[in-house]
Amino acid sequence: MMRGPFRRRGPQAVEQYGAPGSGSGTAISAVTVVVLLGGWWIVTQLELIRPLFLPAPEMVISKFARIACTDHYLERLLVAVGGLAEVEAKCHGFSDHALHEHVLWSLYRVFGAFALATATAVPIGIAMGMNRYARGVFDPPIEFYRPIPPLAYLPLTIIWFGIGESGKLFLIFLACFAPIAINARAGVRSVSIEQIHAAYSMGASHRQVLRHVVLKGALPEILTGMRVAIAFGWTTLVAAEMVAAKAGIGVMVLNAARFLATDIVFLGIIVIGAVAFVFDLIMRRVERALVPWKGKV
Amino acid sequence: MTVVVSLNRVSVEFPAVDGQGVVRALDDVNLDFRDNEFVVALGASGCGKTTLLNVIAGFLQPTSGEILHKDTPIRGPGSDRGVVFQKHALLPWLNVLENTEFGLKLQGVAKEERLSRARDYLALVGLSDFERYPIHQLSGGMQQRVGLARALTCDPDMLLMDEPLGALDAFTRETMQELVLDAWRETRKVVFFITHSVEEALFMATRLIVMSPRPGRITHAYDIDFCHRFFETGNARAVKSSPDFIALREEVLSIIYGEEAGDGPP
Repeated sequence: MMRGPFRRRGPQAVEQYGAPGSGSGTAISAVTVVVLLGGWWIVTQLELIRPLFLPAPEMVISKFARIACTDHYLERLLVAVGGLAEVEAKCHGFSDHALHEHVLWSLYRVFGAFALATATAVPIGIAMGMNRYARGVFDPPIEFYRPIPPLAYLPLTIIWFGIGESGKLFLIFLACFAPIAINARAGVRSVSIEQIHAAYSMGASHRQVLRHVVLKGALPEILTGMRVAIAFGWTTLVAAEMVAAKAGIGVMVLNAARFLATDIVFLGIIVIGAVAFVFDLIMRRVERALVPWKGKV
Repeated sequence: MTVVVSLNRVSVEFPAVDGQGVVRALDDVNLDFRDNEFVVALGASGCGKTTLLNVIAGFLQPTSGEILHKDTPIRGPGSDRGVVFQKHALLPWLNVLENTEFGLKLQGVAKEERLSRARDYLALVGLSDFERYPIHQLSGGMQQRVGLARALTCDPDMLLMDEPLGALDAFTRETMQELVLDAWRETRKVVFFITHSVEEALFMATRLIVMSPRPGRITHAYDIDFCHRFFETGNARAVKSSPDFIALREEVLSIIYGEEAGDGPP
């Protein structure tokens, strides 16, 4: 079967009259992407904008090859399979680190903090939904700090944690925590009282209702919270890496901006966008696999 | 006949919406449910039918009076009283079979036994071919049949049904009435069934109680046997169009409309 936006479909589904936003937007999105990339290329080819402000796509690509050390790693591969005597190409990277090191450091920070936030915010959010004491205790601090921009309490994390990794993790952790906790709490609320009553009238204990009904019922909203949280995590990453980070995709962008290396800034932004996009795709797959009933009941 | 569940002078009061005083949702209700009975409660909205069911199910504590299940006071919900809800209240993350065996799983019954019992009741409601279906792919009538099979699989003494057919279309509804009656005859449970439909109430009940609002109470009770006539003849339309059925239908309707007419502001 052919896949993708240009696949021929079988009999067209009957369109509901007046259904908002009906029909597929995939092909149109593809056109949008092509127009944007093409426009970027044409504008730079015609030299309408100086490269300092808008570097050409090929500059970004060549910077990618340089910072990712593609030659170096290709030669290492060839040496390993015996096609080459020794590695000649040097790996300079940027700020003493190759691109994949920057990416891995950032992934470690974002996903480390995200995992910590998920492990703590899900139980706390569930507890807030189930128990008025838990709600009373956790609601004020969460609602207080939630709207504060991370940059505002960044100095505080430096004072508390110093300039090491823990402060960075803590900043991203805070950004991820609130949306997961709030969604987990809302997820508990979304379980219908009939479902809970049904379980009790079949002999369920409180613990069984929590495990077999409430947790399962809250799962769609918890996953939504995790998707929102990881986006907040990426948003906060650059702020976290402003403080004495040696490697990281955010610090790469910040350093490049200091040297007006706009092409590297572009590269960093594209990498962050690509990684976040891939993770969101994975989360959507996970959602479809774990909660196929979402929105259908 | 032995009394399975009995209500003695049960009253339920709620605070009024405007905060002034209380609403008596149930006022001094006495009611016995005996073996093999199919009791149907009929009445206009707000007459306390659902409150009555919730009290028996244990979802609601009465303000005064007591409810006994085989001489033991009811303190909360339990697997001796199965409930079928108006909206199916199935668990969408489980398929048809898993939903049906869910109660036995909670009670720690071994897997093989609970599967075989769940399959028996799915067969009883005619859903054997849909075991693996997710809930959201079933029609409303099929979802209610799963709800019925789920409640029966726990083998309760009593089945509480809160307008289970209210959301179904007229044709499905008539089929489901027959299916519920057949399941009742097969399993010999005490059934307490709530409905808005006079015809449904007369057709299914062995005892019909008519309730009236403000305060919620039982005003009339009839012992009837139209369901047994249906079992003998198998012809629901003939039962529903027989002269005595129509006469009783008109009598009950006039009670309900009479109350509504006398219900206006003084």
